[in-house]
Amino acid sequence: MVGSAEFRDALLRTVQIAVSSTIGCLIVGTFLAVVISFVPFPGARVVAGLVDTMLALPSFLVALSFTFIYGSTGILRAGGFLTSPWAVVLAEVTFYTPFVMRPLLAAMSRLPRAQLDVAASLGAGPWRVLRQVVLPEVRPALVAGGSLTLLLTLNEFGIVLFLGAKNTTTLPMLVHTKGIVMFDYPGACVIAVVQIALSLGLYAVLRTALGGGRRARLD
Amino acid sequence: MLVWTKSGKAAVWIAFAVVFGVLVLAPFLVVIAAAFAGSWNGVLPSDPTTSHLQQALSGDELASLSVSLQTAFMGGLFAVLFGTWGALSAANTRFARVADALHHLPIAVPSVVVGLGLLVAFSRQPILLNGTKWIVVIAHLVLMVAFSYGTVAAALQRIDPSYADVAASLGASPARVLWQVRFPMLLPAVASAAGLSVALSMGEVGATIMVYPASWRTLPVSIFALTDRGQSFVAAAEAVVLLTATVVLVLVLDRLRGRATER
Repeated sequence: MVGSAEFRDALLRTVQIAVSSTIGCLIVGTFLAVVISFVPFPGARVVAGLVDTMLALPSFLVALSFTFIYGSTGILRAGGFLTSPWAVVLAEVTFYTPFVMRPLLAAMSRLPRAQLDVAASLGAGPWRVLRQVVLPEVRPALVAGGSLTLLLTLNEFGIVLFLGAKNTTTLPMLVHTKGIVMFDYPGACVIAVVQIALSLGLYAVLRTALGGGRRARLD
Repeated sequence: MLVWTKSGKAAVWIAFAVVFGVLVLAPFLVVIAAAFAGSWNGVLPSDPTTSHLQQALSGDELASLSVSLQTAFMGGLFAVLFGTWGALSAANTRFARVADALHHLPIAVPSVVVGLGLLVAFSRQPILLNGTKWIVVIAHLVLMVAFSYGTVAAALQRIDPSYADVAASLGASPARVLWQVRFPMLLPAVASAAGLSVALSMGEVGATIMVYPASWRTLPVSIFALTDRGQSFVAAAEAVVLLTATVVLVLVLDRLRGRATER
């Protein structure tokens, strides 16, 4: 099983999708969190609250909506896109961006505003303030949010199942196909063990890297 | 405080609105819009109708709602019970770290794998649960215990242990300290764990789809079956039913939490 091309493709695809989605989430999440925290607009608190609510929603809703947005009869009629791995990546970015935003928003709210004002008064432009003042301060939150997202995207199943893309077989999807459709329990178990090793390995690295105090963020 | 000019602010806000609106918010709104649309062939949905919603609230789909609610209640209830129990017994012992790691395992591995594990374990004697609703309930229980444990354990860390010490020094038995001092202080966390468990249980799909018998189809499984048959609009309507039920449940549990905090 481990030697089969099917398995290798699924492993590669899983890692590829997870890494691309995590990078996307980090970029989008950082941008949104910076605007909410440092360029606040009326209603910014409502948006922040909305982000919290989204964490409890099921992920397959995003995949379901993609049928209407990108489906063959939908808004954009980008039929081919829906069956490509990029649809999965986009759906995961949508769903997991709040997971990056939440720790970032918390970290940014603890950042003393005076620091930013001083940097700006000394002539630093917005980019420089962001790069040299804000980002170093919120790095732990960025690492925590990013690694949680990486773990969750490696394990994501609902989105892949609902998009049902033929050439997007990830490891969890393969476990499902082998176990339920083909009733090949031993085969499914082998894949499951690899997946567990992958996830737990990452999880262990995460726990040691983030240490005691920040562990609560994983909950 | 980062961008000072008026035009600069406006540009940043427009970019924010586009990114947040299109990327994060739109997919959720589209599902709600689709639930009430007869067809969707252009940019906007057309032929507003409630027939999809009626379909989502009748027959098999209504049965799914009831199945989901029962599963969420049973799984959530036991998850909160076991999670609280685990957090209380592990707190301040030398097993705390091990218990912590063990309880978080179901979050770290994919839910499909949890489902497969249950399927392999309970498909033969001595404990044959495959084909009954209990295997679904157990799957939800296993997944939600992690979240309940995490919520209650985090609250335990914030609670001043001297209250319990004082009560014990005044002669209260351990059972009395637990029931009259420690548990009431934990009640808000327990209520919020219940809310989280129920909300996540309502939307759980990975483990459920591995273990569910034909007689016990939860809402997400029904929604998947509908999309698989190409009935996307009814699926969207049923997703709205799922969202509404979840929000109502969480709000009710939230009110309970509010009452628990007031005391």
